[in-house]
Amino acid sequence: MSSRAERSLPGRLPSLSPVSFTMLVVVGAVIIASIGQVAPSPEKLAVGVPKLLDLLGRMMPPNTEPAFMQRMFWRIIETFQIALAGTVIGIVLSLPMAWLAARGVSPLGIFRHAPKVVISLFRTVPDLVWALLFVSTVGLGAVAGTMTIIVDTIGFCGRFFAEAMEDADKKPQEALQAIGANRVSVLFGVILPDIMPSLINSSLFALEKAVRASVVLGLVGAGGIGQELKVAFDLFQYKNASAIILAIFLIVLVMEVVTDRLRVKFQ
Amino acid sequence: MQEVIRTSDLAKTYPNGKSVFAGVKLSISPDQRVALIGANGAGKSTLLKCLIGLLPSSQGEIMTLGESFSSTPSSAQLYRLRRQIGFVFQNHGLVGRQSVLTNVIHGKLGLPGSWRAWHHSLAQGNWREEAMQVLSEVKLSEKAKSRADELSGGQAQRVAIARALIRRPKLLIADEPAASLDPAVGRDIMKIFSDLAREHGITLVYTTHDMEHALNYSDRIIALKAGEVFFDLPTRDVSRAEIDNVFQG
Ligand SMILES: Nc1ncnc2c1ncn2[C@@H]1O[C@H](COP(=O)(O)OP(=O)(O)O)[C@@H](O)[C@H]1O
Ligand SMILES: [Mg+2]
Repeated sequence: MSSRAERSLPGRLPSLSPVSFTMLVVVGAVIIASIGQVAPSPEKLAVGVPKLLDLLGRMMPPNTEPAFMQRMFWRIIETFQIALAGTVIGIVLSLPMAWLAARGVSPLGIFRHAPKVVISLFRTVPDLVWALLFVSTVGLGAVAGTMTIIVDTIGFCGRFFAEAMEDADKKPQEALQAIGANRVSVLFGVILPDIMPSLINSSLFALEKAVRASVVLGLVGAGGIGQELKVAFDLFQYKNASAIILAIFLIVLVMEVVTDRLRVKFQ
Repeated sequence: MQEVIRTSDLAKTYPNGKSVFAGVKLSISPDQRVALIGANGAGKSTLLKCLIGLLPSSQGEIMTLGESFSSTPSSAQLYRLRRQIGFVFQNHGLVGRQSVLTNVIHGKLGLPGSWRAWHHSLAQGNWREEAMQVLSEVKLSEKAKSRADELSGGQAQRVAIARALIRRPKLLIADEPAASLDPAVGRDIMKIFSDLAREHGITLVYTTHDMEHALNYSDRIIALKAGEVFFDLPTRDVSRAEIDNVFQG
């Protein structure tokens, strides 16, 4: 009787097949090796932390000279301009891209995978890589930044717009197709109004994302406030750097408050 | 007078081998209100779609509104057919987030000059007036500005009727238009159909699996059973027992 109980009692640990066990050991080894090679060692921390505190000390107080503040102000405006122009153009381009890519909606049939691949490519390559690419093609400055945000937005909105279009209510689409409405009429008359809340939501997220991206694009020369931050660090102007970091904090915070408000409004 | 719909020896088998009906011979004259009845799965929807060219038939000839075709109409024929036909389905198929007025004007889509019919604010002025006219015919003028998703089921179905009427159709096709409504509301809807068809001289073909809807709102009843036309009679000559028989196994 006790032997039967033993047989049916599950072990404390799930039994592992040899393959799973080997995989587990390999993954464990990779993690441990990685930590050893790139994570900060105690010695590194012992040196680094005081240095960081020293740096923070030299950043205080943030620079508030009027001339500097004025230059920053224009950089902040430029940052918002990059984000706004890039997002709006990106959203406008995302709509047709998503339409061409969406299953059951696209007029391209099987070739809808072509725009889909482009959207995925835009999404998966990181924005700083796009920025480097555009800086080396159109030169330093805000234009490269805006182009980066456009590509970023298409990667993000293209995907979510297409998914929303695929999920749109099919019944009115079928009712209007039956009387001979063409695809463009169905898009504008049925699909877009149907998915408007989700379009607005994705667009606001895209704008928020764009503002975050546009503050760092300057680090690779693509315009905006990030450019000032890079200059400040390059020239060891730490009081300028701290002022810029505060400004970035404010920009992102303002953006989040604004988009949250808008989201509630458009619910 | 020429028939609105005539078929001879019509058969439909789906690509998966499912044979729905065969040897269907019909002749529907103008101004008739025809109830097409049959149990669930008898092939009512399939037959309707074949008659108006939305589904290819497998055998036989179809003549609808002067267009003769076998299997499927040519695209020119389909275009002409669609211009003269209005549809209403069991599900109203309205765009919930659009106004009632816009939904009614959607009924003009597919007609010449309809590229701006996707929103009432863009549509030509006389179409907007026509939309208000048909809305008043279904007694919903006061709802023109409401969003379609704020309507009750019966109101939504009335908007769907208005959307079909604005095409000024010669033939109105309704597939189970009252099936998902409360009984009283369903009777209202059937009455609206029947009265409007009579008033405008529209040929009405509707499907139903409700005995009262078949008997009270039609001039003629066509019954489908076991893949064939079981009977095809003027409504006044049809007894309840015969209808019961249609719905029985
Ligand atoms: N696309 C399809 N492919 C295969 N069989 C179908 C298809 N559509 C309907 N059927 C079958 O054809 C028969 C008739 O269906 P339908 O015309 O919808 O009947 P009804 O409208 O009278 O309820 C049913 O048995 C149904 O399962
Ligand atoms: Mg049916």
